[in-house]
Amino acid sequence: MGMTAILASILDGVLIGAVYGLAAMGLTLIWGVMNVINLAHGAMIVFGMFGLYFLASALGLPAYSAVPISIVSGFACGVVLYWLAVHRIIGRPVLMSLLATFAVNMVLVGIGTALWTTSPFNVSVTLPGITWGDYTFTGTHIMAAVLAGVIAGLLYLFLHHTRVGKAIRAVASNREAAELSGIPTTQILSMAFGLGVALAAVSGTLIATMFPFTVLSGDAYQLKSFVVTVLGGLGNPAGALLGGIALGLVEGLTTPFMPVSWTPIIEFGLFVLCLMTFPRGIFALSKG
Amino acid sequence: MKFARTWFGLVLGAAFAAGATPALAADDTITIGFTASQTGKLNNDSTAQMRGFELWRDEVNATGGLKVGGKQYQIKFVSYDDESQNTRVQQLYTRIIVQDKAQFLFSPYSSGLVATAAIVSEQYGRVMITTGGAEEKPYRLGNKYLFQLYSPADQYLAGALQALKATNPKAKIAFVYEDDPFSKAVAQAVRRQATKEGVALSLDESYSGSTTDFGPIINKIIADKADALFGGGHYADGATLARQLHDQKAGVKWVTLLVAPDSPNFATLGDAARGISVPSQWEPQVSFRPDFGPTAAEFTKRFTDKYKIAPGYHAAGGYAAGLILQHAIEQAGSIEPAKVAEALNKTDVTTMFGRTKFATDPKEHGLQIGHEMVLAQWQMKGGKLVKEVIWPKAAKTAEIAY
Amino acid sequence: MWRRPFPWLVVAVALGVALVPYWTDDVELREGLVLAAVYVILASNLNLMIGYAGYVNFGNIVFFGLGGYVGVYLVSEWHWPLLPAAIAGGLAVSAVALLFGLGILRLRGAFFALATIGINEAVRQLVTNFEPWGGATGIYLSFDAYAPLGGPMQALWLAYFLIVAVMALSLLASYAIRNSKFGLGLLAIGQNEDAAATLGVPTPLFKALVYSASAMLPAVAGAIYFFKLGIIEPTGAFNLGLSIEAIVMVMLGGQGTVIGPALGAFLYEELRGALLTTEAFSHFQLVIAGALLLLIVLFVPGGLMGFVRRRWPRLRWWLE
Repeated sequence: MGMTAILASILDGVLIGAVYGLAAMGLTLIWGVMNVINLAHGAMIVFGMFGLYFLASALGLPAYSAVPISIVSGFACGVVLYWLAVHRIIGRPVLMSLLATFAVNMVLVGIGTALWTTSPFNVSVTLPGITWGDYTFTGTHIMAAVLAGVIAGLLYLFLHHTRVGKAIRAVASNREAAELSGIPTTQILSMAFGLGVALAAVSGTLIATMFPFTVLSGDAYQLKSFVVTVLGGLGNPAGALLGGIALGLVEGLTTPFMPVSWTPIIEFGLFVLCLMTFPRGIFALSKG
Repeated sequence: MKFARTWFGLVLGAAFAAGATPALAADDTITIGFTASQTGKLNNDSTAQMRGFELWRDEVNATGGLKVGGKQYQIKFVSYDDESQNTRVQQLYTRIIVQDKAQFLFSPYSSGLVATAAIVSEQYGRVMITTGGAEEKPYRLGNKYLFQLYSPADQYLAGALQALKATNPKAKIAFVYEDDPFSKAVAQAVRRQATKEGVALSLDESYSGSTTDFGPIINKIIADKADALFGGGHYADGATLARQLHDQKAGVKWVTLLVAPDSPNFATLGDAARGISVPSQWEPQVSFRPDFGPTAAEFTKRFTDKYKIAPGYHAAGGYAAGLILQHAIEQAGSIEPAKVAEALNKTDVTTMFGRTKFATDPKEHGLQIGHEMVLAQWQMKGGKLVKEVIWPKAAKTAEIAY
Repeated sequence: MWRRPFPWLVVAVALGVALVPYWTDDVELREGLVLAAVYVILASNLNLMIGYAGYVNFGNIVFFGLGGYVGVYLVSEWHWPLLPAAIAGGLAVSAVALLFGLGILRLRGAFFALATIGINEAVRQLVTNFEPWGGATGIYLSFDAYAPLGGPMQALWLAYFLIVAVMALSLLASYAIRNSKFGLGLLAIGQNEDAAATLGVPTPLFKALVYSASAMLPAVAGAIYFFKLGIIEPTGAFNLGLSIEAIVMVMLGGQGTVIGPALGAFLYEELRGALLTTEAFSHFQLVIAGALLLLIVLFVPGGLMGFVRRRWPRLRWWLE
């Protein structure tokens, strides 16, 4: 394949990778702060997708206005979920959190299927893209990548320059010490969980601007989020963004050179390899 | 000793025979059993199919029931959720046959589940009409009571290939399909046919079902400078492929995707849907003249009135399965499975679904050999996106838009 | 081991489970029980990793699927009889598990769990691309594969007896391990791996052994199960959902005990089966199952056995 083709694939990979990164940020944040692996992560992504659908198609609002709405409603949902399912699990073995969140996932997907069946939904969002020779970079992809970057940046500012954000990082690093220094850790944990879910929801909204989706679409992105979390390092949102881009690059780079059916094998092979050699993540920057 | 043994054997035999005869339910009903995918990824298409079954049942019951040998039987359904997985299919079909005493069976939706269910239906000698399964493998396993309604997978893209050849014989075809049993079966057939017709497949690759972004694949297609694209898989990928092809301005002049574009939902893709063609088991516009039962137009109207949504071919297949079974039972004049199977083997009729005839060679018993696929294309008509039938020439309602 | 009542209990129950449906010719009961037995096999072998050694094997289903593929392939292409094919599957997959183990058993906690998911997915994708095993289509068993066993009816009964036997073996093995020095070492690892290592437990060896051991019987069961199903294809063979359900079963019944996972598996299977076949619930069976699981995890984490043993300590003699 020609150079242009390969470059195009690389750029495409980076664009979609930013979104993968955003999708994983919520997972890694929750994991890092409270040692809970949120298996309902995929369901929350779907929540964001349907959010876009209802706001844009049913209510006719401009598509990107759904982004802030997703963040806020995702946060609210996350806090509720925390109190319903996660609160009692904190501090217990990892298995418990896996199962509790998995149960929540079952319930949500079950309700979703009953309400909306597993039919596909599509929201038509058109933005002018950038064309370069034969290749076009879709407007929505570029927008999604840019927004992902912006949100990641905002997250960083939040975690480092606001009181709540710093409290979250304190709790993540040492809960007891944080409690002793007067931080209401339980409330902070619930907010951190809310934040993680908000991130999942908004990534779902962005994904829905690019692709059609079904009630079950969350699973594929959840798996990818695991891979990204491992690549980027646990509890490290910035790492997640980089990890996501790395994953996108892998997808973009393998396709020109080998049958496309090998891409997942490479992805998961890399995943396992990464776990074995860099358990703290390739981009093992210091936490936060 | 021998005397006692013979007696014992006779008594056992009688008891067995009495137990083995399909119990004629007290109130003259015929029970038909099946599993439907009420949860899981096959949910959407399976529900459409089930509605087709139900419409048929309601219509027959409204006229008093099935007429068999002088008596009339009401039709009763018994169905369970198979969760789109074959884990419980055997358990559920066994229950349907043994506990619910179903005399006839419809298949689950999708070929993988059909094969698993067939082991049970064959054991008990129950006739099973399969719809929603286009793969041939289940019929090559040595069955006697399986009957396929759909055109098999290897027919799927046959028409599309011919239509393309008629429009642009020198077209370069890229073939990108999902890594799943159905799409693979279609793929193998396409390759065979392409070689036979001397058409070149410039790209021939499968993608994993969990693929979320087709960007890289589309870039590959663009680099390949393909004129035509065949492929896809089940719904979600087809829709995503179509949308991304459009967004990335891939410039492919002929696009035929499997399954996805057939659903009316596909129109929500807007401009991305234009020009996309899909091989279909049936379209509401087809003009077959049925030997019995309603015409396609009548069926469409009845279905739309009842369910407020236009029927696709899954629903039509469900309805036709009922029709064909009804016809066979009435022809056989009996509800004995063996006699009905014989009647089905002799069946060669046309309904609103098209022509139905089953292969009787034991090596591929039940394979559908009479039905032809049509090719439909989304075109702009009066400012709205509609599906038109563009192939075969005998059934078409509009010209090919290339 | 045979001096205590539990192993005899296992054998008695297994015989009962095997023979009751056969004598009453209740095929429907058999179908429900075969599924329950498969779940018990998965859960009790998984328990070796989760309950004893404290390692959460999230992708445990990969053994079941691979065993299924090896077994079905041998029956279908090389015309092996069922039992040797199943055993070959078990041995082959144990060996492969040893290989995987070498790679991932150094990981702890959640990382190990994720790695096992990765392995399951990678294997699934590999098999999907592996043509000799049918690729994405999988392998369909033609009906005359059942002929050497006397036809599908007989074959399904035989498969059932074999699965019940494997289930009994799983429970007995689980029990034997628990009461051996190997088992003690595993439990020590589960409590505190570093302390165990300091005290002289050969932790890498034990971990590798238990990982490999926990693979064998599920692989054998997989071969028999997919033979009965008549078809094996990647999505059904490496079903991550089933893998997670196995963990649920272990938890439901009480991890770390021998009978806990078995009870949990049985209860879970009955519950799901009942939900699926009851008119009222079928639309919501997923929701109800999920809600129940949540309640159990939140409020009864010791599972059924945890509850029973606290309430009636005398029963500990009987119920291991």
